[in-house]
Amino acid sequence: MLVRLEQRPEASKSMVYVSPVIAVVLTVLTAMVMFALLGVDPVKAIETFFVEPVSSLDGLAELLVKATPLVLIGVGLSLGFQANVWNIGAEGQLVIGALAGGGLALAFFDQQSVFLVPAMLVCGILGGMVWAAIPAWLKIRYNTNEILTSLMLTYVGLLVLSYLVHGPWKDPQGMNFPESRLFHDSALLPILIDETRLNVGWLIALFVVVLGWILISRHIIGFQIKVIGQAPMAASFAGFKEKRLIWLTLLISGGCAGLAGVIELSGAIGQIVPSISPGYGFTAIIVAFLGRLHPVGVLFAGLLMALTYLGGDSAQITMNLPNAVTGVFQGMLLFFLLASDVLIKYRVRFGTPKIVKEAAE
Amino acid sequence: MTETPRLELIGITKAYPGVIANNNVSLKIMPGEIHALLGENGAGKSTLVKFIYGVQKADAGRVLWEGQEVQIASPNAARKLGVGMVFQHFSLFDAMTVEENIALGISPELTKGDLSGRIRDVSQQYGLPLDPGRYVHTLSVGERQRIEVVRCLLQDPRLLIMDEPTSVLTPQEVDELFKTLRRLSEEGVSILYISHKLEEIKSLCHTATIMRMGEVVAECTPENETARSMAEMMMGADLVSPERADREIDGSVKLELRDLNVRSTHQHGTDLKDINLTVRAGEVLGVAGIAGNGQRELMEVLTGEVSCENPTAVLIDGIAAGRMDPNQRRAAGVGLVPEERLGHGAVPDMSLWENAFLSAATRMHLVRHGFVQVAASTSFAEKVVDAFRVKTPGVTHFATSLSGGNLQKFIVGREILQNPGIIVVLQPTWGVDAGSAAAIRQALIDMAAAGAAVLAVSQDLEELFEISDRIAVICEGRMSEARLAENVTVEEVGLLMAGIGLEEETVHAG
Repeated sequence: MLVRLEQRPEASKSMVYVSPVIAVVLTVLTAMVMFALLGVDPVKAIETFFVEPVSSLDGLAELLVKATPLVLIGVGLSLGFQANVWNIGAEGQLVIGALAGGGLALAFFDQQSVFLVPAMLVCGILGGMVWAAIPAWLKIRYNTNEILTSLMLTYVGLLVLSYLVHGPWKDPQGMNFPESRLFHDSALLPILIDETRLNVGWLIALFVVVLGWILISRHIIGFQIKVIGQAPMAASFAGFKEKRLIWLTLLISGGCAGLAGVIELSGAIGQIVPSISPGYGFTAIIVAFLGRLHPVGVLFAGLLMALTYLGGDSAQITMNLPNAVTGVFQGMLLFFLLASDVLIKYRVRFGTPKIVKEAAE
Repeated sequence: MTETPRLELIGITKAYPGVIANNNVSLKIMPGEIHALLGENGAGKSTLVKFIYGVQKADAGRVLWEGQEVQIASPNAARKLGVGMVFQHFSLFDAMTVEENIALGISPELTKGDLSGRIRDVSQQYGLPLDPGRYVHTLSVGERQRIEVVRCLLQDPRLLIMDEPTSVLTPQEVDELFKTLRRLSEEGVSILYISHKLEEIKSLCHTATIMRMGEVVAECTPENETARSMAEMMMGADLVSPERADREIDGSVKLELRDLNVRSTHQHGTDLKDINLTVRAGEVLGVAGIAGNGQRELMEVLTGEVSCENPTAVLIDGIAAGRMDPNQRRAAGVGLVPEERLGHGAVPDMSLWENAFLSAATRMHLVRHGFVQVAASTSFAEKVVDAFRVKTPGVTHFATSLSGGNLQKFIVGREILQNPGIIVVLQPTWGVDAGSAAAIRQALIDMAAAGAAVLAVSQDLEELFEISDRIAVICEGRMSEARLAENVTVEEVGLLMAGIGLEEETVHAG
């Protein structure tokens, strides 16, 4: 029997939403095979991975804490990606944003003020924007590829972080550990549920989702972003300014990443440590695509990816599985998603072809 | 007649997902016959030809070659039978010589020995002057087509397929080509000639098969038909030719180009040189020219996608507009229709209302406080659909879902309903079915009658003579003087298109 892909006369709209579900199902099935090969009971492993982490209030709160940066960054990236602006360096922008906000907290470590947290958030956004402005400027001025420059700047950002926590910003009373002072209370984001780490950051993320949704669906900037991504010539015909949109999308995605960084720092961690993010900036790329580059989709995709982080932890603790399982899950998810996306434009047909596919025009 | 047909197709059927391209098509081509295959875009001509040339397989039907049933599995098999094809789009390598290009495209046995000698022989024999040693990038479009024709002739074809061969040629080059084709026909070569240019078919072809929506709807002898009657068979409806009231044009100058010099932003593009042009209120100015002679660059300068160094090189209502961006020009009252419908004039995967918003946002005030006014945009799009009889289930459907003709009506209508004082149209009816084309031409004439200045750039001379009050010709980035349409002949325009007569003429239109 022959299995073929046949081009659909029109792209399937429902497949746009079904494809991520197929990708998730395939990921879970493949993971079960993988667990079986590792000699672990697959059903129990999946339960440990996906159910156990969220079976308590604390677990749910933790899920939202982890989803916060993913959703924030994912929304920002999705705007850029729709305009064909490929910011791959959100991780670096997150780190620089965190350093900008965290630096402010350290500078005022002996002063209490209600304005400190808002000021830190603003600094975080600005820090991320500055880091994203570099690839934006290079792209516009020298036509460099933002994929490369933004990615390379991530490593620069991580080295800056490393330098600061090992050097000038190291806690003077910290027994020489590479960590900063602990932030005092007025530098910490308010907690939403007692006894958990769930903080105001989650509400900020939800607010950004709504903002992003309005921007992309109703605002002229969102319209311009979509047009320039889908048909650059139509955008120039309409008189949209490409350079302005490159600046805008990179600054927005950088700002979102910076905000995520400072929220992670002042909401979940409470001091500057050598590793602020377990790769949120990269995972958010998967989140953006899994969420179909739509802010609401990104919200759900962010929750799902957050679950893989928690699942990885819990599988490590209770089943002795390596933490790399998280990365494997995320990678598989992205690959299956890209593969399933073929179904948007093609459908699977079985049997010998009655209709020969059209030769290349 | 007891002669065996060179090629006979019986009951050819071919379906693509969602559309039947050929439905029970039968066709008979006799030896030495020049047979026209006529139909609007999407009528199924290309599908049928791809099948004859072995590019794709049919779902059902039989092929008889000189009375024998055959299977044409590949272009190679087709060539072995004696089928040669000249495609609409050439497949030539610019950086290679004529001989090298020909050698690449024919079976290896034929390349042995004195290929360049044979190229010279064939090209002389059929009046197709061609130097085997020349590099392709130095040749004109007409000369490039000769390479394709010679390449076919070297293989001694018994059937030659020509797909819209004249769309890139000047009238004089067309005449030369026709001489060659007639000689081939006298020698017994059958020719399948695909076109929608009816006058050409009348003068060249012995018989014509007319297709509509995948089916053969008529066969006729072109000599005994009028262009109009064939067009009506093609459309399956009565053709309404544009009507034009006689009128005096003494309106004010709406659009003026003054010593316009612009370097092309494209690779292998054409720079614009010293262009002077005026378009007055109430007139249609037609610009003729072979594709690639600066039309695209001219359009970009007019839309504002490319800005001029000298702001006064473009004057809109006397105001320096050379540096205005597209939106400023729209605000100043310019309507713009680019050549490419999908991807330039419209975003393929966006709905019609979004595409209406795309160019109408400024003039129709469809943005308030930075937000897209969906209701207003939708009702504007619906107005366009109604006024221009765009066939679509609704304005929420994607631009790609429309046929070429319907989308072009939508795009032209979108500009016209913005009520611009000036409208600039590049290839107004390129690849558009005859019915829509007539509607679009009428709309342009009506706009001029209502007092707008219309600038239409087109390759289609019939069209230009039909709608224009004055005609200018663009060739290698230079513009000839615009002349009253009734004082200029097709031949004169043709010479100008070929670049003859431009040098000595003082280049000034007005």
